[in-house]
Amino acid sequence: MNAANYLYLSALLFTIGAVGVVVRRNAIVVFMCIELMLNAANLSFVTFSRINGDLNGQVIAFFTMVVAACEVVVGLAIIVTIYRSRRSASIDDASLLKR
Amino acid sequence: MITSTTLVYLIALPLAGSAILLLAGRRSDKWGHLLATALSASSFFVGLYQLSLMLGRSNSERPITQKLFEWISVGSFKIDASLMLDQLSICFVLLITGVGTLIHIYSISYMSHDPDRRRFFAFLNLFIAAMLLLVLGDSYLNLYVGWEGVGLASYLLIGFWNQKPAYATASKKAFVMNRIGDMGLSFAIMIAFATMGTVSFSGVKEAVDHTSTAALTGIGLMLLVAATGKSAQFPLQAWLGDAMAGPTPVSALIHAATMVTAGVYLITRSNFIFDAAPTAQLLVVIIGAITLMFGALIGTAKDDIKKALAASTMSQIGYMILGAGLGPVGYAFAIMHLLTHGFFKAGMFLGAGSVMHGMNDEVNMRKYGALRKFMPITFATFGLGYLAILGVPPFAGFYSKDMIIETAFNSGGAKGIILGCVTLLGAGITAFYMTRVMILTFTGKSRWDDEAHPHESPWLMWLPMAILAIGSVTSGYLLSHGDALVNWLSPLFEHHGEHEELLSPMVVSGLALAMVAIGVAIAFVKYSRNEVASVAPTDVSIFTTIARQDLLQDRFNEAVFMQPGQALTAVLVKTDEAVIDGAVRGVGRVALGSGSALRGVQTGFVRSYAALILLGAVALVAAIWVVTQ
Repeated sequence: MNAANYLYLSALLFTIGAVGVVVRRNAIVVFMCIELMLNAANLSFVTFSRINGDLNGQVIAFFTMVVAACEVVVGLAIIVTIYRSRRSASIDDASLLKR
Repeated sequence: MITSTTLVYLIALPLAGSAILLLAGRRSDKWGHLLATALSASSFFVGLYQLSLMLGRSNSERPITQKLFEWISVGSFKIDASLMLDQLSICFVLLITGVGTLIHIYSISYMSHDPDRRRFFAFLNLFIAAMLLLVLGDSYLNLYVGWEGVGLASYLLIGFWNQKPAYATASKKAFVMNRIGDMGLSFAIMIAFATMGTVSFSGVKEAVDHTSTAALTGIGLMLLVAATGKSAQFPLQAWLGDAMAGPTPVSALIHAATMVTAGVYLITRSNFIFDAAPTAQLLVVIIGAITLMFGALIGTAKDDIKKALAASTMSQIGYMILGAGLGPVGYAFAIMHLLTHGFFKAGMFLGAGSVMHGMNDEVNMRKYGALRKFMPITFATFGLGYLAILGVPPFAGFYSKDMIIETAFNSGGAKGIILGCVTLLGAGITAFYMTRVMILTFTGKSRWDDEAHPHESPWLMWLPMAILAIGSVTSGYLLSHGDALVNWLSPLFEHHGEHEELLSPMVVSGLALAMVAIGVAIAFVKYSRNEVASVAPTDVSIFTTIARQDLLQDRFNEAVFMQPGQALTAVLVKTDEAVIDGAVRGVGRVALGSGSALRGVQTGFVRSYAALILLGAVALVAAIWVVTQ
């Protein structure tokens, strides 16, 4: 199977994720879109690893997963806290820095 | 030259007094004035001791030096801080310390009610030390230190009562106008160093022979500028009248007897330069002649007794400068007039202080009158000083002033006749205004305010006045008896052939006395016969109005220097604000403006930030793609 197809899929997933981040207001959805983008990147790394025939890409994919896990922990904590204080998970409501 | 180890005490004693009084502060309030007077007196006795030593040596061995320390040493250029005492300096040393001590004694009583009397004595001692350094320095650079020192002391003492804004302004004015003169002295030193490579008196004297006339003229002119500043000569004379803001002993010591004569000392000390630079010497004479008339004319219109005496001082120093400008024949007479003037003018100033002391510090002579009966001693001492300044024989001024008039007449040609006539006329005007002072103050009807209770001053005040009065009676005779002072000073000055005599001494004395008699007579007719108004009349001639305003000297300075200066400052301030401040503010404004324009991007919405990050990332990738393609 042509390795380029994986890359196309990766680009597609990344675009979906990016568009999701920009257009959706719900923090949980934005969060899932970010996960989508990270995993799109992981897919690219793994594909490049396969194409080049070494394991560098695979290793970096692991790193990305660790970072993503951390990010989920911190991010969810923030979202929960915001939800508790504001009774809303809309990221447009959390624009206090402007004022 | 003989070296000495005791010269330094002349300066060290009063300097130590000043330091102790200033550092000890209020603790020395009780005894500070006594210490200062004792130290000034001991300096006088050191001077007398030096004089006795000097008298015991032959003419050529009289000058002595003392090296204090190596001051400047750069490669081959060396200047020592060293002192030199010769026949000229000893005259000044004795005048400064002698009159200075008398004025210290006088001030003990005069300033007794002033809470800051200790500070006053500290400054007086500082002045004595600085003035002694001025006359004892063996190079122009050492002289310059003393020159600045007396300027400082003068500033501090004029503004001694600086809680009054007008007095503080007067001291500032004196300081600023003196700076112009000081600049002249520093230029003279620089020219001397550049052309001769030395600044010591002996070195410059030797180098004169192989120095261009242009350089010598330049040095001479700059020295003259210095002398006009310190000695209140035209055109830098305007500060002296205002300097009377200081306590009266200060006016007597600094602004009559000693400091203002520093210019005469400078010119006499630099005789070798002026003898070799005829242009500069001629200008010295002209300045002297202008100032002696200038001061005399101002003196005729002043109602403030101290300002009248200040104008008289200006005029008498004009005589000295003129005498010093007449070359080798005139130097000794200039110094003689300086010494006799030191006695009679200091005596008269102290007399004026005594009158003020008895009259609630009133200085307006129109509020005096009939004080002869109430202050007999002041009247007698002032009167002797008056006779001395008039030049009535056998009082001091007769010998010294007539000598200058005679020398002026005999200086040859049209110059001699003009100068002679100016000095004669000056003598007549001097007689007029001094008689006016006498009549307004001591005779006629009383015109005091009701609260005035005139009384004679305590003995601490009249004793110095009496001693100075004795000096004003005898000093002229003693100094000119057998040409004592002329012979004493003669080793210092070049000698030239005798001038032809235009007028004999008898004729000159007769003319001078006639002028004096006319001046006195006019004053009597004008002020003794008629009632004197206690308020200055306003319907007076334009000449009186101008003379009352010091011949418009302040107006002139304001119009020619101050206002253009202020305009220049205003332009510079505007330029500073518009260009330099404008540039700085412009940078700030650009940063602020661009910041507020860019602030719109910061919406606070996470999604717009995310979009921007995405956009940036895409742009970055696109850019890399384009570059690597």
